[in-house]
Amino acid sequence: MPPDYSMPAMEVVRELIRRKSRNLRLLGVPVLGMCADLLIGAGCVAEVESSAVSLGEAGLAPRFSEAVEENLIRMKDATCPAIHTALQAAEKGVPFMPLRGVLGSDLIAGRKDWKVLQNPFSPGEDPILFVPSVTPDVALFHARWADEAGNVWIGRRKELATIAHASRNTFVTVEEIRKGDMLEDELLAPGVLSATYVSGVAQAPNGAWPLGIAGVYGIDDAHLALYAKAAKTREGFEQYLKEFVWSPKKSFSPASSPA
Amino acid sequence: MAVGAASPIPATGVFLYKLNNPSLRVSMLHKRKGNPFTEGSRELFDLAGQGRIDVFFLGGAQIDGAANINLVRAEGRRFPGSFGSAFMYPMVPRTILFREEHSKRTLVPKVEFISAAGNPQALLTGKALFGWQKDRRRFRLESVHPGHGVDEVRQETGFDFDFQEVTTTKAPSDEELSLLRGPVAKAIQADYPDFAKRVWGLN
Repeated sequence: MPPDYSMPAMEVVRELIRRKSRNLRLLGVPVLGMCADLLIGAGCVAEVESSAVSLGEAGLAPRFSEAVEENLIRMKDATCPAIHTALQAAEKGVPFMPLRGVLGSDLIAGRKDWKVLQNPFSPGEDPILFVPSVTPDVALFHARWADEAGNVWIGRRKELATIAHASRNTFVTVEEIRKGDMLEDELLAPGVLSATYVSGVAQAPNGAWPLGIAGVYGIDDAHLALYAKAAKTREGFEQYLKEFVWSPKKSFSPASSPA
Repeated sequence: MAVGAASPIPATGVFLYKLNNPSLRVSMLHKRKGNPFTEGSRELFDLAGQGRIDVFFLGGAQIDGAANINLVRAEGRRFPGSFGSAFMYPMVPRTILFREEHSKRTLVPKVEFISAAGNPQALLTGKALFGWQKDRRRFRLESVHPGHGVDEVRQETGFDFDFQEVTTTKAPSDEELSLLRGPVAKAIQADYPDFAKRVWGLN
């Protein structure tokens, strides 16, 4: 899943909660926010791998923090470029990829799947981190457009392409389904994820709300602050779910923030 | 210069600096409009990996006397996580550490978890500015902000540090203040509405 600022499929998150999904393993590319906090609080999640889980300016992700403190989920701490690198290895079909930096961080001790090895091309001592490729079962995000040919427009959010390339399945919700084939439009084509990578598309207007989708509607900062406050307690979180998740109509409130 | 996530104070400083140095290239990771990145969120790290980023900023739930930062957990509490710090800190030549709260809770003898280790350019807090002595691996107190003193800083800092000739941090000039309260505050508001409201009173 992408972070809150990169077109998250919030309506799908709400539906996963309504369907009482269990034992999900979330991979944040490279961080997670409200989507993950909701899923964790609703008991859908067994494991999180991410560089961070936070609500940004709205503060800590309260359901995530409590779940880790109380040992309710497994947390695999990472650092942003390690996650990008692992997905890029999967994109290329190679088993691992090296990454500079990170040495000296306690993250390495917590990750039995990472290895620090000698750079095989260096004559002198040169330790470097190797991360294994990661192939997620599902890439999940929300986008502005899909077209009749099954292509999805992601614009500049190229981490979504990386996730899709690396994953076995890619499911996308979109604001709008366009006529025709966006790959025939030279201006749109550079921002298009080809249908080759897309397993399924569904239309969900305002599907990122209360998060945003660049150029269409912005993050609903007031709602995010409301969530951050409510989710501080288990009772407040349950009340939030009641109001904004269990009754689906409310989740389609028109977004009012500037794009 | 690059400004990462959750960094309204560095963003403010960088905006002010850029007003007087228009040729400076700045990237703000989470800039909502006109963001310079078109290759997704890996681009910042690829830039740093190539050595194209000169200056970066990192905060910490805890920062220790060996300049390690902790963004993961402290005193039984879980924090968001390490973000890109484990990579950026050792890769960017000049990383400036910042933490507004200057207390024994935040500036500790030894962090509970090392998110990232490196050699910082400086450590800036709400009370003081420290330099880093790479050879000795110790901070040196450079200046205390107006209204604060060396004894207070010693009392409120959990780690040992060196100090000899400590000056008073230069206050912003009238011109800098009016820039901060005017165009800088306005620019910050787009990405950090809460910060702009709390600090600059912008609604």
